[in-house]
Amino acid sequence: MKKLHISTSINGDEAQFICAPDETLLDVLRDHLGLTGAKEGCGTGDCGACSVMLNGRLVCSCLVLAGETEGAEVETIEGMANGDDLHTLQRVFIEKAALQCGICTPGILVAARALLEKNPDPTDTEIRYWLAGNLCRCTGYDKIIKAVQAAAAEMRSV
Amino acid sequence: MPLDQNSKRDFKVIGKRVLRPDGIDKVTGKAMYGADMTAPGMLVGRILRSPHAHARIVSIDTSAAEALKGVKAIVINADLANPEDEFFADIRDNCLAREKVLYDGHAVAAVAAVDKATAKSALRLIKVKYEVLPHVTDVDEAMKADAPVVQEGRADESAPAGSSQNVTSHFEFGHGDLDAGFAKADKIIERSFKTAATHQGYIEPHACLASLGSDGRGELWCCTQGQYNVRTICSEVCGIEASQLRVTASEIGGGFGGKTTCFIEPVALALSRKSGKPVKLVMTREEVFRATGPTVSSSTDVKIGMTSNGRITAAQAKLRYQGGAFPCGTVEFGAQAAFAAYDLEAVQTLGWNVMTNRPKEAAYRAPGAPMAIFAVESVVDELCQELGLDPLETRLKNAARKGTLSSYGPTFNDIGLVATLEAAKAHPHYTAPLGENQGRGLSCGFWFNFGGNTCVSLNINPDGTVGVVEGNPDIGGSRASISMMAAEELGIPYEKVRTVITDTNSLGFNDVTDGSRVTFAVGLATIKAARAAIDNMCERVANIWGIDRDAVEWVDGAAQPAGPNAGSHPPMSLAEIAAVADQTGGPIAGHHEVNADGAGVSFGVHLCDTEVDPETGATKILRYTVFQDAGRAVHPDYVEGQMQGGSVQGIGWALNEEYIYGDDGRLQNAGFLDYRVPVASDLPPIETVILEIPNPGHPYGVRGVGETSIVPPLAAIANAVSRAAGVRMTELPISPPKLLKAMSERG
Repeated sequence: MKKLHISTSINGDEAQFICAPDETLLDVLRDHLGLTGAKEGCGTGDCGACSVMLNGRLVCSCLVLAGETEGAEVETIEGMANGDDLHTLQRVFIEKAALQCGICTPGILVAARALLEKNPDPTDTEIRYWLAGNLCRCTGYDKIIKAVQAAAAEMRSV
Repeated sequence: MPLDQNSKRDFKVIGKRVLRPDGIDKVTGKAMYGADMTAPGMLVGRILRSPHAHARIVSIDTSAAEALKGVKAIVINADLANPEDEFFADIRDNCLAREKVLYDGHAVAAVAAVDKATAKSALRLIKVKYEVLPHVTDVDEAMKADAPVVQEGRADESAPAGSSQNVTSHFEFGHGDLDAGFAKADKIIERSFKTAATHQGYIEPHACLASLGSDGRGELWCCTQGQYNVRTICSEVCGIEASQLRVTASEIGGGFGGKTTCFIEPVALALSRKSGKPVKLVMTREEVFRATGPTVSSSTDVKIGMTSNGRITAAQAKLRYQGGAFPCGTVEFGAQAAFAAYDLEAVQTLGWNVMTNRPKEAAYRAPGAPMAIFAVESVVDELCQELGLDPLETRLKNAARKGTLSSYGPTFNDIGLVATLEAAKAHPHYTAPLGENQGRGLSCGFWFNFGGNTCVSLNINPDGTVGVVEGNPDIGGSRASISMMAAEELGIPYEKVRTVITDTNSLGFNDVTDGSRVTFAVGLATIKAARAAIDNMCERVANIWGIDRDAVEWVDGAAQPAGPNAGSHPPMSLAEIAAVADQTGGPIAGHHEVNADGAGVSFGVHLCDTEVDPETGATKILRYTVFQDAGRAVHPDYVEGQMQGGSVQGIGWALNEEYIYGDDGRLQNAGFLDYRVPVASDLPPIETVILEIPNPGHPYGVRGVGETSIVPPLAAIANAVSRAAGVRMTELPISPPKLLKAMSERG
């Protein structure tokens, strides 16, 4: 199979890669670009561990063909902190113990940021439905919901 | 080992909600999990799996696959070693099938190729000729004398004569006179229950990167709950000396017991040995469901007699667990846990371990206990309903306490069950009003907890900071709790300690991260290692000051003169001692090796309110509160996290999760879409109440907290639903069609 040459922007930096037509954006991020923050929990769009932003839209990167990302802007967990300055959500997740094993955390943080950009003051129920596509098997979600609320409150106050 | 005299002291670090040391790595995507590692020149491994539930392997022809460009190695069972011990031989034959495939998804052959696409193509070129055999996947069916036999000759001497060869072992135990006990009862209820097999459901599929040379020297990176256990298994299954195989545990993306054994690591090592290159092997989610994990499914009969005022007079449970295609011992845990919460004069438990054509069972959080206690707590609840008794008062009336002869043999020491029940009784949740179609359920839960083999090294660094080296993967924040215990004992700030989890060649043997053992046993060894370092430092200071060792004590992170010498010298801090270590005998370290006992059993009580929808049979959890004895909560956030996480896994087990097999013996729901674990929108907040009844076996009173929380939800929810729906639900999961049918039959 002839490979494709793709030019994108990833976390604000220009990125070019060569991929097979059947490779996903997640394959490329993890296997070609060394961006292993997005995780493959299922490969079928059911767990949300591979969540990234594609042209401002929250997607499961395992469901996006890499060949479709020509000219796209991709944002991953690796771009969420500004240097050593963590995003409020990242910091509050640590402070509120909203992670145990941490494998779902990158996807949940990317999804939660997307929520707060659309809705800075969500109810618990809105957070729970927004994150329903992100499986966490360790926490029972309780501390995740509380952390998103705490981060949202802090982000509203600045 | 007695609880330290100073157990009631004011802790400076223990009990604080400090930041975990691996937090930044895990919120920025930097943390390295199993599938995140690469090696130069590595190949990609893939595994061919059986499409049949049960079949004889007539032949495997790999010639066409080998001829495919880019294929570097193919292995089958014959490429593995021949361990004498059946335990390891079973793991080998589960990693790659030997003469028969024993379940849908059983591995048959594996390929290493230059890339994923080539490896996948190669799998399609391997020709396996099968002779399909009759299969059985249900535990009760598998016990029948004429059932298809999964494996011949695997039953031990305890298996009853005349039963199917699938029954591999049987036992019974208890105490007291059952007949006399039942004769004293005013009400006897006997019920049968079934629970489906559920998967641990960790979000990270099994993954490893193996490198093994023809000289037998190997490096293995993998996600596991125990790198030493992986080393032992791989040494046996691949025929390598333990010292030559260095296993490094990656960050682990959940395990819950499912990563306490090996499924792919020996295969990756064999592929690497044959190809001469590093091989990365990562399971797909479908493979995880079809060929790893799940817990047992069960069929249980429980009979309990009670007086009209609520005292249990006799209790009996018969438990039948299927653990998949290999012998397992899980029913023993269930039988021992079944009645642990009760003080009983007459009790008997009987258990049967059974093989079926399903994947080899793996441990799942309190293995064997949730299904047994579900059955017992359901019957207790029904007795309370029938006799018009308060279910919480009734449990208090029958509760096991210090001095109770437990149903499984030992006499209990200090345990927290009564305090936990009292806390539930006093909580506003217990008396909150309920509406139409709503019900409240409660259940006790229990787990034994474990100590086990543990090594810790603690190094006093020249700058006065401290490094702790331990060997148990951190699944839910244990690096923080271990650092906290080191800091507490040394009397230095938490931030001055860094705990790392090391590889198998850098520290002595450690048991797996299981049995809720890490905070207890690694914590205990850390405290002892810190004390060894303190003793060493006090001795050095005594020499500096020219006084006896006994005249130096350790207070608030410093050596100071004690007794008649008090005040004779200014205290010398850990950092000051560390700075001059080269002049006082060289580097300072403490270490401790132990096979820890005294883990201290754990009890919990869960309260649950549900609402059932009479039109759809759907159940909504309205409110959920967990009460659990932690002994001493080292880091309360992560204790609560264990209580919440286990509860939600139990909620999934009670309402949604199940392995569904077709008539063809194939798994029908091998994915997260069809095997539905709870999602955020399914759940209310999980409220937690931590009780602290110190464990006499730990210097600070710590008990393991990880497992007990998955035990009570099954019955707590079933009891709440049964009360809300007006019909007793005896089979899990209580999926909407099942509940709708039960409600319509109730009329």
